[in-house]
Amino acid sequence: MLSRVADAIYWMSRYIERAENLARFMDVTFNLMLDLPQSHQNAWPPLVYTTGDHEYFREKYGDANQASVIEFLAFDPDYPGSIRACLKLARENARSVRETISSEMWEQLNLFYYMVREASSNERIKASPLDFFHEVKQASHLFKGITDATMSRGEGWNFSRLGRLLERADKTSRILDVKYYLLLPTVHDVGSPTDDLQWQAVLRSVSAMEMYSKQFHAITPSRVAQFLLLDRHFPRAINYSVIGVEHALHAISGTPMDTFRNTAEQRVGQLRSELAYTTVDDVIQHGLHEFLDQLQNKLNKIGEAVHETFIAVRPINSPSQSQSQENGYQRQSIFIR
Amino acid sequence: MNPALTSAPDVALNFADYQTEGFHDELFGDDDSPRPEAGPLIQRINSLPPGELMRRQAAAERLLLQLGITFNVYGDNQGAERIFPFDIVPRIVQAHEWEWIEKGLKQRIQALNLFINDIYHDQQIIKDGIIPSETLLEATSYRAQCHGLNPPHGIWCHVTGTDLVRGGDGQVYVLEDNLRCPSGVSYVLQNRSIMKRTFPQVFDMSRVRPVGDYPLRLLRMLEHLSPRDVANPRVVVLTPGVFNSAYYEHSFLAQQMGIELVEGRDLVVTGGRVFMRTTSGLEPVDVIYRRIDDDFIDPKAFRPDSMLGVEGLMDVYRAGRVALANAPGTGVADDKVIYAYVPKIIKYYLNEEPIIPNVPTYICENPEEREYVLAHLGDLVVKAANESGGYGMLVGPHSTKEQQAQFAELIQANPRNYIAQPTLSLSRVPTICGDRFEGRHVDLRPYILYGKEIFVLPGGLTRVALRKGSLVVNSSQGGGSKDTWVIATTQEQLQPQSTAP
Repeated sequence: MLSRVADAIYWMSRYIERAENLARFMDVTFNLMLDLPQSHQNAWPPLVYTTGDHEYFREKYGDANQASVIEFLAFDPDYPGSIRACLKLARENARSVRETISSEMWEQLNLFYYMVREASSNERIKASPLDFFHEVKQASHLFKGITDATMSRGEGWNFSRLGRLLERADKTSRILDVKYYLLLPTVHDVGSPTDDLQWQAVLRSVSAMEMYSKQFHAITPSRVAQFLLLDRHFPRAINYSVIGVEHALHAISGTPMDTFRNTAEQRVGQLRSELAYTTVDDVIQHGLHEFLDQLQNKLNKIGEAVHETFIAVRPINSPSQSQSQENGYQRQSIFIR
Repeated sequence: MNPALTSAPDVALNFADYQTEGFHDELFGDDDSPRPEAGPLIQRINSLPPGELMRRQAAAERLLLQLGITFNVYGDNQGAERIFPFDIVPRIVQAHEWEWIEKGLKQRIQALNLFINDIYHDQQIIKDGIIPSETLLEATSYRAQCHGLNPPHGIWCHVTGTDLVRGGDGQVYVLEDNLRCPSGVSYVLQNRSIMKRTFPQVFDMSRVRPVGDYPLRLLRMLEHLSPRDVANPRVVVLTPGVFNSAYYEHSFLAQQMGIELVEGRDLVVTGGRVFMRTTSGLEPVDVIYRRIDDDFIDPKAFRPDSMLGVEGLMDVYRAGRVALANAPGTGVADDKVIYAYVPKIIKYYLNEEPIIPNVPTYICENPEEREYVLAHLGDLVVKAANESGGYGMLVGPHSTKEQQAQFAELIQANPRNYIAQPTLSLSRVPTICGDRFEGRHVDLRPYILYGKEIFVLPGGLTRVALRKGSLVVNSSQGGGSKDTWVIATTQEQLQPQSTAP
C-alpha cells in the first residue's frame, strides 16, 4: 500500500475517533454539571484550559460557560481542534483515498460531515447539545460499522484500526483523568452519593455503564479506573485499545506476535506488557494522573514510530521531507493539561 | 442544503407545450413531434403523475451530493466543491448516426496519431508543405523535448475526448480535439448509474448501449503498454492531487480499475526505474496513466518549478522502462490552429476524405482571414489557441463592444494565438428549467481509446448550457450534463463485450 494512502486512512480514522471523543467529553461535562449542586465549581473552564488554547478562546469567546465552550469545541470552523474541524480533516483525508476505501464509507463520512456542518448554523440543535453529541457518536459508530462491513481485512483496514484505537486509548485516558482533575479540590466528596452519580456519568460517557455493572456491582473510583484502564474485553478500555493497536501493527508487518522488527512494534509491546502485569492499586499508589500522563506520552511515541516506520519511506541517501500530519499545528494540544 | 434540492412542487411536467423554437432539437423533429427513438421516453414522462419527475430530479441531485460527486472551481473561495449539475432528460443519439460518428472518430484519431508521430520524427508533412513550419513551432503545446521518442506500439494519443456539435443545419461537426488529459468520462459512467437508480422504468424500455465496461477497457489498454512482459504489470493513475478540478475523476477511475492513485510525491526515480513509496518499501511501476499536463510531469525535463511531477521520469520514459499515457507531446495535435489543418492531415496520412467535417475556421495568422475576423467580431466565436475549459474566448453575438475591442487588440498583438469560427446555432435538448421543459444547447464529447484497436465508447458526455440562450457548456461556466443514450440496433450491442486480454 502507498505510504501516503496508509497515512491518510490512519488519520481519517483518528480524526473521526477524535470527533466522537470530543462529543463524549462534552457530554460527560454536561452531565456532571447537571448532577453537581449549584454552588459547586464550574466544570466548563477546565475543558478550555485542557486544550492549551485558552488564549485563543478568551479572545474569541470571553467567559467559559456551557454555550461558549460547546461553540468552541464542537462548531468553531477556525479552531483545528473542534468536532467540525476534525470532520473536515477526516473527510479531506478520505477524499485523497477514495479509490481505496469503500464508497459506502465515503458516503457515510460525507453525510457525517454535512450533518455537523449544518448543525453549526442551527440554533435549535445548539439548544439541545446532548442530542447533537448523541448523533455524532452514532455517526461515528456507523462509520466504524460500515468500515468493518465493507473493507477487506488488509493493510488499509489495519491502518484504520491502528489510528482509531491509538486515538481512543489516548482519549479514554483523558476522560478518566479529567474526573480526577475535577475532584481534586473536593476529596471529601469521595464516596458520597454525588460522587457515585459523577462516576456513573463518566462510565456513561464512554458507553461503559452496562458492561461495568456486569463485572462490578458497586461503583468505586478504583474499580472504574480499573475497568477503563485495564479491562481486556471492553472496547473503549485503554488496555483493549492497546492490544488492538498491537494486533494491527503485526497484521501490517507480518511480524510474529511477541517479537518485533520495528520501533512501533517494540514500543507497543512494552506498553501492552506493562498494562498486562499491573494492578489498579499499583497505579493509584503511583498516582493515577502521573500514570495517565506517562501513558499518553508512550502513545505519542508509538504514533511517531508508526510514522517513521511506514510513512516516511524514502530511497537510501535522500533526506527526509516527511512530516506527520499533526506536527504542523498542534501536537495533541487538545486535552493536554 | 441547497434549497433547490428540497423543494419539489407538484407540477405536471410534460411536453405538451414544448417547442423547438426553430432550433435543431435532439429529441423532437421540426414539427415538434418526438423523434422515433425518443418516443417511448417522451410518452413515459408525459404519463408520470404530477411532481414525480421533479422528485426524481431532486433525488438525483441529492444522490450526487451524498456521493460527493463534485468538482472544484478555480478562482472560487476555498476551492468550493459543487456538484456538476445533472439533468435527467437524456440526449438520444440515433443508431445509424452513431455508426457514422464512430467511423469518423476512428479515422480522425488514426490520422492525428500518425501526425504526432511524424511531427516528432521526420516532419514529412511540413517538408511536403501541407502545414507551415512556423505554425508548428509556434504551437505552445509542441514539445521539442519529445523529438525522437518512440512510445510503445507507436501510439501517442491513448485517450481522446473529441467535442462534437450539431449546427442549425443539422450537420455534426468536430469542434475540438482533446488529446492531452480529456476529463469527463467519470460523469458519463456516474450519470448512467444515477439514471438507472432514479429512473429504472424509463431506462428499461429503451435499448440503450451500455458504457460500464469503460474502466476495464481503459485498464486493458494501459496494460498493453507495459514495457515488462508480465501477467500483471503495475499500472497507476497519476493525479496532481485533491485540489485539481478533476480529482474526483482521477480517484473514480483508479477505484474502478482497482489500481493505485498516486501523486508525484508518491513516485521516485532511482536506478533508472520509477518506483512508488509503499508501507513495505519501494515498488516498481510499469505504466502511468498521467492526468498531469506535460509541463508538470518532470521538473528536470519541463518546468523546473513543478511540484507535482516526478524528477527524472522523462529519462526513464525515453529509455523505455516506463510507459506514459498519453505520451508527452500529444497536445500539439489539439492546438486550435493545427485543428484547422486536420482535414488536410486526414487526407495526407490516410488518403481519405474526412468523414466528420471541421467547423469552418479562420486562422488569424493569415492576414486576409484576420481582416475578416476583425471586421466580424460581433458574429464570430474567437478562441485562444491553447486555452480550454471555455476560458479565453469571445462569443461575438453575446459580447459587448468593449469585449470586442479587447479581443481585437489581443488578436492584433498575437495573431498566431487566435482562431475564429462562425457562431453555430447549437442543437438543443429539452431540459428541466424551473417547472417546465425548455430547450438548452448541448455538445457531445465521445471518448476514444487507442490500444490494440481503436474503441469509441458508445455515447459520451453530453454537456448542456443551462443558462437560457447560452452556448458555453463548460462546467466552469455554468454548464451541466446529461446522460447520453446510443440506441442499440442489435442484441449484441447490448452486451458488454468481452474485455479479456
